[in-house]
Amino acid sequence: MSVVTNTTTIGAIDAPSRRNTELALLVFAVAIPVFAYANVGLAMTDKLPSGMLGYGLGLGLLAGVSHLVVRKFAPYADPLLLPLATLLNGLGLVLIWRLDQSPRLIQRAKGLFGAFHPDAPKQLLYTALGIALFIAVLMLLKDHRILQRYTYISMAAALFLLILPMFFPAVNGAKIWISIPGLGTIQPGEFAKIIIAVFFSGYLMVKRDALALASRRFMGLYLPRGRDLGPILVVWGISILILVFETDLGTSLLFFGLFVVMLYVATERTSWIVFGLLMSAAGAVAVASFEPHVQSRVNAWLDPFACYKTDKTGACEQIGQAIMSFGSGGTLGTGLGQGNSDLIGFAANADFILSTVGEELGLAGMMAILLIYGLIVERGVRTALAARDPFGKLLAIGLSGAFALQVFVVAGGVMGLIPLTGMTMPFLAQGGSSVIANWALIGILIRISDTARRPAPAPAPSPDAEMTQVVRP
Amino acid sequence: MSELTLTVMRLGFLAVLWLFVIVAVQVIRSDLFGTRVTQRGSRRGGDTGRQQTGRQAAAAAAPPQQRGQQAPSGGRQRRGAPTKLVVSEGTLTGTTVALQGQTITLGRAHDSTIVLDDDYASSRHARIYPDRDGNWIVEDLGSTNGTYLDRTRLTTPTPIPLGAPIRIGKTVIELRK
Repeated sequence: MSVVTNTTTIGAIDAPSRRNTELALLVFAVAIPVFAYANVGLAMTDKLPSGMLGYGLGLGLLAGVSHLVVRKFAPYADPLLLPLATLLNGLGLVLIWRLDQSPRLIQRAKGLFGAFHPDAPKQLLYTALGIALFIAVLMLLKDHRILQRYTYISMAAALFLLILPMFFPAVNGAKIWISIPGLGTIQPGEFAKIIIAVFFSGYLMVKRDALALASRRFMGLYLPRGRDLGPILVVWGISILILVFETDLGTSLLFFGLFVVMLYVATERTSWIVFGLLMSAAGAVAVASFEPHVQSRVNAWLDPFACYKTDKTGACEQIGQAIMSFGSGGTLGTGLGQGNSDLIGFAANADFILSTVGEELGLAGMMAILLIYGLIVERGVRTALAARDPFGKLLAIGLSGAFALQVFVVAGGVMGLIPLTGMTMPFLAQGGSSVIANWALIGILIRISDTARRPAPAPAPSPDAEMTQVVRP
Repeated sequence: MSELTLTVMRLGFLAVLWLFVIVAVQVIRSDLFGTRVTQRGSRRGGDTGRQQTGRQAAAAAAPPQQRGQQAPSGGRQRRGAPTKLVVSEGTLTGTTVALQGQTITLGRAHDSTIVLDDDYASSRHARIYPDRDGNWIVEDLGSTNGTYLDRTRLTTPTPIPLGAPIRIGKTVIELRK
């Protein structure tokens, strides 16, 4: 029983499968990092780098394999997601390699740890692991709706992953890592981001009517009932707890922001955004007033040059150096391999990798990189619009929202728009957990977009088969 | 390496990066503008239906044009013309459909404008469409149990007076202002 008030169907003109477009863009996306690699080598050592063939072939091979897997297992998937992610990952590898060549950073590492370990080979290995996970997602997850069955299990898993780092010693002032002997460290928050999106979409799909409809109108805002406020209060409480006990502003902001975004999308009520902003502002101010780690970050944000020399943690110096590197980059940048962003020192190739982009590629390059991130988010939102099932819609919005929030939090922190938080730029920054988790995220988005763009199946048998009953007088 | 080569490479790299972004945007352009609008529910529409399809498709594709196209027909649309169709009895009670010059089909078939969940309705039961003068006409499409306007069973396409009940099985609909 349904009434179709709008009798038009709007569909794309193009053939649904666009794998050849994807292949062409992918070739482009591998060629750009190879060009950048050659550029860095020529600028820094006056000759083409020796590892160029290896890196180029490695990246090309990974991209080719993932393209073939998409062709086989998700033939109708969005043609842009894979090339965009590949380009960012390739550029990230080049930038990390470029910072590995920096004499200043080598000197610093030798002084601090006694030896210097280049990060680029490790990052290439993590990229390979990430693409392996991407392929596994596409091969094993035949239908994203399977994830819906694990709504509450994923809530438990995400909470476990978020709470786990509390029991491990703090690294650089934040407890966001867990260390496994023999394997190294893992940042569970990166994986929790995906799992929490699964939980939120499963939960909101069931509860959204209660949240949207049972409300009173007051001063132009829809006030939800007290009992419906429960979940948002719980999520807010958890994100505050993460902030207090793990002193991790980024994960807390991501976690809460994601919930507010998905709540808004599920219920179409602007009041949730108002509540969310008020609550996060209140929480952030409260925690910043007594937590020393967060306090030093806020001070570094307010005036990095005031505490440049006095600050012991180095937060002010980092922000100051990052801002100066953006400034010295100007509009067109200094050219790859010719900047001084390595002066940032610690975390130059991780949290602060955007300042290398800003200095060496300038505003023009920075805008291009941010647009590429924006396009990934746009494809995610477009997938959500096209998805036919509410769970897929919410999951696609959740994943692209998490991606967008992470980009905003990191870019905003590095550029001095918001206090700096310990998060990594997706795909670009050095960090194993981040690159692996983000490839899984892209894998799920590709799976949803494949389902969404697949031509509609034949309609169910019509009730014409049943006989119309005849009225008997 | 000479300064010139490095400058050329620097600018070249930025150009290539932006070229990639522009190509990517071109790929998604089809999602934004190149859409095809197809009309459902007028397969049996005959000539009138087909004409409506064309106009509706054009109107849906370019909303600003819609007003322009309807302006000349404003003279035909008399004051007191019905603007909506309301279901007043049956399982769909309370449903309204705006009358915008399109043909409305009623029946149990999934592609009907109003899908009736009514055992006494045929799959393609009746249709309601505007004639050349803007009067709304109801036509029975050879249904099993017939379509009634007020108390009389329809045999030919009949203009619908405002507020007159049209009875299909257990469902009653009427046109209102």
